[in-house]
Parts: sequence; structure tokens; C-alpha cells
Amino acid sequence: MMWLIQLIILIIVVVTALAAITVKDLLGAAILFGAYSFMMCLLWAIMGAVDVAFTEASVGAGISTVLFVAAVFRTSRRTKD
Amino acid sequence: MKVLGAIIVLLFGSLLIYCTLDFPSWGDPASPASTHVSPYYIENTLEDTAVPNIVTAVLADYRGYDTMFETVVIFSAGIACFFLLRSFKRIEPDTRLYRHVPTGITFRIEKGGRYPRESVDFERIDLQWVPHDLIIKTTCRMIIPFIQIFALYVIAHGHHSPGGGFQGGVILGASVIIFAVSHNLRSSTNRISEKNVVLLSTTGVLLYAATGGLCLLLGSNFLDYSALSQIFGVDSVTARSFGILLVEIGVGMAVMAVMISLYYNLASAGKQDEGL
Repeated sequence: MMWLIQLIILIIVVVTALAAITVKDLLGAAILFGAYSFMMCLLWAIMGAVDVAFTEASVGAGISTVLFVAAVFRTSRRTKD
Repeated sequence: MKVLGAIIVLLFGSLLIYCTLDFPSWGDPASPASTHVSPYYIENTLEDTAVPNIVTAVLADYRGYDTMFETVVIFSAGIACFFLLRSFKRIEPDTRLYRHVPTGITFRIEKGGRYPRESVDFERIDLQWVPHDLIIKTTCRMIIPFIQIFALYVIAHGHHSPGGGFQGGVILGASVIIFAVSHNLRSSTNRISEKNVVLLSTTGVLLYAATGGLCLLLGSNFLDYSALSQIFGVDSVTARSFGILLVEIGVGMAVMAVMISLYYNLASAGKQDEGL
């Protein structure tokens, strides 16, 4: 059962990581990066590294998403390339 | 160029994945990492420091020197962001918007007009102003105290449960950022000004270093908290636990202030007046 949850989370991690670098909308990329961080947080928690999971949840999924959104708000929302 | 980049990435990615084959399998008790130093921590942490959470003890006590410079790294990141983004040239727009708080009337003063003094009655608002959403504003007002209390709990309870200065500091910073998002940047800087934020971040780093220096003055090694037993009047094991709490508070202050400073500078493009 546990390996199934891990497999699903790993697939979501890979999909969100690929989507975050390919999507043209920068706001969407920031949100996808937050989802990626949250899935990584779940992986750390499953592996028993609870402190790392906590840090990933607060820093990766929380603050860095907000900072990315703030930066996108001050620049353009769509990438040029 | 794109093809070349893809080839390089694929080459190095496959090299890295090939190298992971040499790694010991996950949780292997015979791996080098868990044969030399880990058993010592697992067996002796509770007797040495009276801290049940081994991660916190390793982070702030056994490897306190690393954590101190981790805090310095975060502090320098905040300072670098400050110098990159902050623009000190204040260009005040001629047209300003004010709101008369008791009546809720918003009025606009063009160039040449007399601006009202900032007081309880008159509140200056952003030019690209969006009315505060009542639901978002009230919800944030209600949850911010709980977020802050949870952050303080995370800092203070890091000895017994996952958490510590970094996580607690980030959550404290997030509570202020949530306030800035739900209201506006100006009302947030009125409560925690830029000066206080920078002061807090330096105080946090200095509190960490000062704890180490205090141990040095008391005749022990740098960051050897057992020397603090002379000040606190407890045995040396409990003193190490107290020392961990002191440095965690320092880390929490520094991280909180740096997060707020990063947000202020990013959201207002360095002008610190109008933002998200």
C-alpha cells in the first residue's frame, strides 16, 4: 500500500516539475512549483524525515511561492521565450 | 543552442543517475553514514543535552557552528536582495488617494492641492487601489494570531517535536506577509517598518553569535552551551538545552525578518510604498 502512495507522489513530482519549466504562464509556474514542493514534503514525511518535511512545507510550498508571485506581479506574467 | 543544452542536461542527468547506483540503499544500517557518527547521536543525545528530538540537538548543539553560518547565509541573502532591489530615490506621485476612515469616502488630490496630514481619520491608499475584500480581510485578521502562536510554539517546542528556529521563523514571517497581502503594503510597513525588520535580522544573527561568545567568555569552547550552567544556575545538561533554545530564538528572529524584508522589497520593486 505504502509503495503505491509513494509511486503516485513520485509521478506527481515529476509531472509538476516538468510542467513548471514548460508552462508559459509564470504565475502558473509558481503555483506548480508550490505543488511540487508540497509533494516533496509528503515524500520526506513518508521517509521519516519529519523536520525536513516541515521545512519543505513552510519554505518551499509557503514562502517561496509567495515570493515568486510577488516577483511575477512586478514583472510580466508571460515568458518571452 | 537549445539542442546543445538538452544534450548537456541529458548527459549529466544520466551521469548523476548512474552515480546513484553506488549509493548505499535507503536505510541501510551498514552504510558509512549510519555506522560512525549516527549511533553516537542516537545513544547519547538524551544524556548529553536533555533534548528528545535528536535532529534539533544535532542542528543546534553538536553542529551548532554549521547552523550559525546557515543563519548568516540567510541574512546575507536578505542583505543582497536589499541592495539589489531597494531604490532610495523617492518619487512621490503628484496625484494621491486618501480615504476618510470614519465615512469611508475616498478622494483624490491632484497636483497643487493640499494633502491632509496622516492621522487616524485620513489614511493614504495606493494609486492602483483595489477595495479590500471584506471576507479575505476578516479571515486573515482572525487567523493571523493563531498562525503567530503556532510559530512561537514551533520555535519553543523544537526540542520535543519537529520544528525549530527556521520553520518557526518562516511561519512568523508568513503571518506578516499574509497581513500585507490581505490589506496593503503600507499598512504592513506601518506596523513593522523596514528599519525594525533589518534590526531584527541583525539582532537574530548576533544573538546566535553572542551565545557562542558567552560560552567562550565563561571559559569553554565556542558554542559549548554547558558553560552556561554558571549563568542559569542549572546542571550542564539542562544548560545545553537552554542554549539550544537561545540560538533557536536567534535563528527564528533572523529568518522571520529576512522573509519579511524579501517580501517588502520584491512586492514593491524596492520602493517599499505600494505593493501587492
